[in-house]
Amino acid sequence: MRVYGSILKLRLLVGFQYRTAAIAGVATQLFWGFITIMVFEAFYKYAQTPPISLKELIDYIWLKQAFLVFITLWFRDNELFDLITSGNIAYELCRPCELYGFWYAKLLAQRLSSAFLRCFPILFVALLLTKPYNMTPPQSFSAFLLFLTALILGLLLLVSISMFLYISVFLTMSPVGSLLIFSVIGEFFAGLIIPVPLMPEPLQKIADLLPFRWTADFPFRVYSGHIPVQEAIMGIVIQTVYTIILIWLGRAALNHVLRRVAVQGG
Amino acid sequence: MIHLDGIGKSYKIAKRQTGLRQAAKALFYREHTIVHAIKDISFSINQGEIVGYIGPNGAGKSTTIKIMSGILMPDTGICTIMGYTPWKDRTQYVQNIGVVFGQRSQLWWDVPVADSYQLLKDIYKIPQQDYKNTLNLLIETLELQTIIHTPVRQLSLGQRMRCEMAASLLHNPKILFLDEPTIGLDAVSKMAVRQFIRTINKEKGVTVILTTHDMNDIEALAERVILIGKGSLLYDGRLEELRKRFGSHKTITVEYKNNPNPVHIPGAATLSWSPQRAILSVDTNTMKTSDLITELSSQVELEDVTIESQPIEDMLVQLYKEYRV
Amino acid sequence: MKLYFKYLLIHFKSQLQYRTSFWLLSIGQFFIPFTVFLGLYLLFEQFGQIKGWDFFEVALCFAVIHLAFSLSECLARGFDVFSSLIVKGEFDRLLVRPRSTFLQVLGSKFEFTRVGRLLQSGFVFVLALSNLSIEWSITKVLTLLFMISSGVFIFTGIYMLAAAMCFWTVQGLEVANIFTDGGREMAQYPLNIYQRWVTRFFTYVIPFGTVNYLPLMFIIGKNEGNELLTMLIPMAGSLFILPCFLVWKIGVRHYRSTGS
Repeated sequence: MRVYGSILKLRLLVGFQYRTAAIAGVATQLFWGFITIMVFEAFYKYAQTPPISLKELIDYIWLKQAFLVFITLWFRDNELFDLITSGNIAYELCRPCELYGFWYAKLLAQRLSSAFLRCFPILFVALLLTKPYNMTPPQSFSAFLLFLTALILGLLLLVSISMFLYISVFLTMSPVGSLLIFSVIGEFFAGLIIPVPLMPEPLQKIADLLPFRWTADFPFRVYSGHIPVQEAIMGIVIQTVYTIILIWLGRAALNHVLRRVAVQGG
Repeated sequence: MIHLDGIGKSYKIAKRQTGLRQAAKALFYREHTIVHAIKDISFSINQGEIVGYIGPNGAGKSTTIKIMSGILMPDTGICTIMGYTPWKDRTQYVQNIGVVFGQRSQLWWDVPVADSYQLLKDIYKIPQQDYKNTLNLLIETLELQTIIHTPVRQLSLGQRMRCEMAASLLHNPKILFLDEPTIGLDAVSKMAVRQFIRTINKEKGVTVILTTHDMNDIEALAERVILIGKGSLLYDGRLEELRKRFGSHKTITVEYKNNPNPVHIPGAATLSWSPQRAILSVDTNTMKTSDLITELSSQVELEDVTIESQPIEDMLVQLYKEYRV
Repeated sequence: MKLYFKYLLIHFKSQLQYRTSFWLLSIGQFFIPFTVFLGLYLLFEQFGQIKGWDFFEVALCFAVIHLAFSLSECLARGFDVFSSLIVKGEFDRLLVRPRSTFLQVLGSKFEFTRVGRLLQSGFVFVLALSNLSIEWSITKVLTLLFMISSGVFIFTGIYMLAAAMCFWTVQGLEVANIFTDGGREMAQYPLNIYQRWVTRFFTYVIPFGTVNYLPLMFIIGKNEGNELLTMLIPMAGSLFILPCFLVWKIGVRHYRSTGS
């Protein structure tokens, strides 16, 4: 735990050094949030009975901006990619069983520290904006707790999905191709282009089958109350199940690939 | 041809703090210090000279070079090169100069050298016939025939430097600024580069200004050196003069028939002694080498004598010490 | 300028050296804006229209801006990545050459993989035009061409401004993305769907409006104003690049008086 504390402190220090970069990053995200909301605002002007209210949608959009690093697949660890493609992986192969856990923790820490710097200013501004752009505070304490749980589980789920990306690099030896197509599909069905309720029926069905929506679409709608408490609790269970399955599969896949690499001599 | 008068330049450097609290303070306020890079630099260089521009790191060498090549604008002073003020008439002026930055390449990385040269021809608007003639001459002199169609990224450092030199001369500049041209090169390549510089200087009258830490470059090429230290001009004159003042010490190693008595020559220091061999150091300003040897032969039966000049590095260290840089 | 094309050629040659990654990246560059367009399409499926505009009209708007953006990404990339040029100290090399720094930076980088996005916007462009009933005339065709070319000027101008900032600081340049990526995302819709202050800012300060709302109305046939005047509106937008060029010059001057 102490290690994470000092990593966080180091990140903050670096963050202060690149103060302009940090402010610029936050400004960029605020801007994107604004534009997205304004576009939806225009759509909603003449809409009859949308499946999700504008207020809930605005919450969704601001949460997406604040926790962007928690939900995007393309946040990648170049160091890891280079390790695999260069073959230096041989050094890490001493204990293939623990490798999964080690990498998992590393990816998790990266996203956490990255989000930590950004989410607070964005949420702060979003809550203080004038109507109708502002984000509404959580409905109830239980909704908020559920949201936090869903968010964290979503992050764990996402990291377990992204582990597959690194595993695929073992096979293709080039990070670019697999990363791009996979993350495009993943982000779409996570509700990052448009929220799942706004998709047409057939696409919604596909989205429900895939694990992606449990990383972003689900926790954000729990927050705004669009997903009621009962359904939320069910959803959290599903998240947990997915995460466990994907971690288990990921571990198996990684071990399998590593064994192949060892046999071939790197 | 090149005239500098009273050139001076200072920089504002931001102070950096350590620690979390200081860093947070820096979010709102930054302190600055003023660094005088160069002060009152004046010298003149005639056409066809090869000048070595030397000094310790941070002395202001690259600042002066940047001013002379038109990149930087000085705070004070006048600089006239071939009738131009470098930073004022930049585009016209730089048509006549070539620059080689030792560690950075001006060639495009992934394409054959010849393609880079073609593009440079267009950038410098070199007429086709002139370009062909110059290129052929350069290929011959630098032996580029085998490498000119290879992409730069596949060349060794020595090959790359030869191509760089050729690239800087395609447009027949009258002045060539060389910033550490032999850095990282092997001995053979170094000699090739030096030979080449001598040739173009002699045959084309190109004025060469050479910045380097490799004193062998200076010795091989420059008759005149300008020493700059802590931003001021400290020495401007012939290399021999410098040598006479600071490089007068010679080391003499003698081997002789077994002699139990230590060798002692007044006016010379004995660095080491054994019954068969002694190493002495003498300041040739105070005692001639021939006198020393005569004296020695009266004391021992000489079998072999080796005389070595003071390495130029030592000379420089002494020089820096004297000027307290 | 002839030299510009020579630069283009040498970059093309060097990028062809890496054939597989070239194709992979280009394909990827196709799919990213494709999902954005897909999102657009699905939103229209859900809502039917946006403040009076129908899908194909917005698609045309989308196509024009994305065409302009991808063209400027391909051609003016030198300014986009200028920060790395400065950091590596390569700018001195440009100052020692007898050409304007503007031309040299422009020629310092081309990214042909962006052709994926160009292709995608091309498809949308054709799609939109073939589904809209437009009464074509010479002025309308010219207006459309001016819209695209002026868009290129505007984006290039923003890139130049961001690059010029590098002369003072190499940090915080992400802000420029607000105006390039952000501007693109925003201007892909007709500007009148937004609040007035947004429309005003993006018409008078960064003139996306000149390649968006009014000329668009004209082409679709909803505009009653003077034809010739409407055709000139995009051209006015392209003047944006002039102050950007000025800032660039000021930046170069600053670099040369303070060193780096």
